[in-house]
Amino acid sequence: MKRITGLLLVVLAFAGVLWADSALSITGAGATFPYPMYSKWFDEYHKKNANLEINYQSIGSGGGIRQVTEGTVDFGATDGPMNDDQIKAYQDKHGFAILHFPTVLGADVPTYNIPGVDVELSFTQEAIAGIFLGTITKWNDPAITGSNKGVSLPANDIVVVHRSEGSGTTYIWTDYLSKISDEWKTKVGKGASVNWPVGLGGKGNEGVTGTVKNTPNSIGYVELIYAIQNKMPYGRVKNSSGAFVKADLASVTAAAAAAVKSMPDDFRVSITDAPGKTAYPISSFTWLLVPAKFSDTNKRDAIKGFVKWMLADGQNYTEALSYAKLPKEVVAKELKAIDKIQ
Amino acid sequence: MNVGTTTTTVPSAGPLAGSRSFLSRLRQGDEIARMITFLFAASVVLVTVLLVFELWQGSDLSRHKFGFNFFRTSVWDPIFGQFGALPFIYGTLITAAVSLLIAVPLGIGAAIFLAELAPARVSDTLEFFIDLLAAVPSVIYGVLGIFIVVPLMRQYIQPALKHALGFLPLFQGPAYGVGFLTAGVVLAIMVIPYIISVSREVLLSVPRDQREAALSLGATRWESTWKVVVPFARAGIFGSIFLALARALGETMAVTMVIGNTPTISASLFSPGYSIAAVIANEFTEAVGDLHTQSLIELALVLFILTFILNGVARLLIVATSQRGSGMGNV
Repeated sequence: MKRITGLLLVVLAFAGVLWADSALSITGAGATFPYPMYSKWFDEYHKKNANLEINYQSIGSGGGIRQVTEGTVDFGATDGPMNDDQIKAYQDKHGFAILHFPTVLGADVPTYNIPGVDVELSFTQEAIAGIFLGTITKWNDPAITGSNKGVSLPANDIVVVHRSEGSGTTYIWTDYLSKISDEWKTKVGKGASVNWPVGLGGKGNEGVTGTVKNTPNSIGYVELIYAIQNKMPYGRVKNSSGAFVKADLASVTAAAAAAVKSMPDDFRVSITDAPGKTAYPISSFTWLLVPAKFSDTNKRDAIKGFVKWMLADGQNYTEALSYAKLPKEVVAKELKAIDKIQ
Repeated sequence: MNVGTTTTTVPSAGPLAGSRSFLSRLRQGDEIARMITFLFAASVVLVTVLLVFELWQGSDLSRHKFGFNFFRTSVWDPIFGQFGALPFIYGTLITAAVSLLIAVPLGIGAAIFLAELAPARVSDTLEFFIDLLAAVPSVIYGVLGIFIVVPLMRQYIQPALKHALGFLPLFQGPAYGVGFLTAGVVLAIMVIPYIISVSREVLLSVPRDQREAALSLGATRWESTWKVVVPFARAGIFGSIFLALARALGETMAVTMVIGNTPTISASLFSPGYSIAAVIANEFTEAVGDLHTQSLIELALVLFILTFILNGVARLLIVATSQRGSGMGNV
């Protein structure tokens, strides 16, 4: 008995020493879409810097913005950039700014299930907007058949499927629809959850996928990574240069590269409907939200170190997980912006 | 759910107890036990009060902005800041009603079989499975719903219903598979184990004399069950139904996976809909802006009030019906 107690004490002492040693722990919260990427990064970075632990909770972009504004986490993450009101609210509360750092790129793709049709469909802007507004209700509508010559589309009613819960995926999709359709912009608008004119709601990418697979004549939208990993069929989308582009890592990075010229200094830019022949139009950055000022210098240096690493070595991990890399120009610009963290 | 327990008062039994001082009772532990258990009991009330207070406080903005219109309008638009709860209240009530319509006859029938007619060994074995079902996490029922109930509904049950009863507005419109009816069916599957399990216990606890008296008067087995045992256990059976109702009203995961998540009010049970619990779970994490968040909190308050009212009605119903022939009026 005595021996066991002694052993226990030794173990506890060791644990205490270890615990005291791994001093620095940084917490973040936010977007779910880049979560697989982030957890891989934080894991790899921890292997290189054993005394730094980064904990990330994927609670959703809205939650990430809320928590970083309330100061309960060291950094946030979001799929849609903070709007001016939110930035102002942060500034008012803390007395310094919140910075956006793009990390990787993602895209939304239209996925569909039409019995008897197993070719890749091509969608024009009018077709996508019309379907999701509920003004195009049949698969053989001229707006759809016009860009799919040779495909016999049925005269069946279209069943629209969208995400039921608030999500960055929906933000990107509605941001795109707002850009290509004035009617969408005024009637519905963009956001993580919107008032859908038509359709069924599925919970999560898997809910949308399940509903589309189960429902004949349906169309929905999912994240590109999800579609790739689950080998789902998805269509090409006409971009602003008039080319029909299939989403893949290259065409998503191309959309980001096209937006570089118009990239504002705070990186809050939407790259949906980006110019360029090869650009996929429903793409988006996802961002880290880092406070411009840290009272704890250790934390500040750790976060700066991580962002630097993420922009260099970290980018090499992206494609294995089906995320598109940041274009070089954006990386260069971000490296400069790191100095704003004080 | 302590159905059928008689409230016996044990303390201060005998002449000695009265003369014992507070201190001596304290020393013997009685008083300590009393205080500790009182604290536990009081914490229930405290939690309830805190909950209502928090929900009330947290929904300040939306209560002032929308007032009573919150319950009357049916537009839910986070972008333009318009929030109306009607479709969600409707969806919650309809799905709960459908689930009880299916679950109550099935559940009580099964409970009667298990308690009165089945051999003890069969009854106990089945009871084990029923308890197991009651403990299955709801997300699993949701998955079951997506992969089994929804395709079945779309391909067979909804077309059949439309064919047979299509003249009723209840069974019209396109059959998507998801919707009020499917959510109600999945909920029914979830709440049946509660009804069976509790009702069976209640039926088993009906005193033997009651049965024997009925049988000795010449009643058949079924007559003694249906006319004597079941009425005797009526209050407890009602209790099981209200437990099921409470679960059906508040169920979130399984419902959101099969209801279609579209805020609509439609007479058709085939139509996709939305429930209060589902919309809170779906939108709370990504709610941007105070008004959206607070409207969701107000929805939570509405759900709380709804549950409160229905529970109150339930109690009244028990009081009203337990006058005649029930041995368990004091639930």
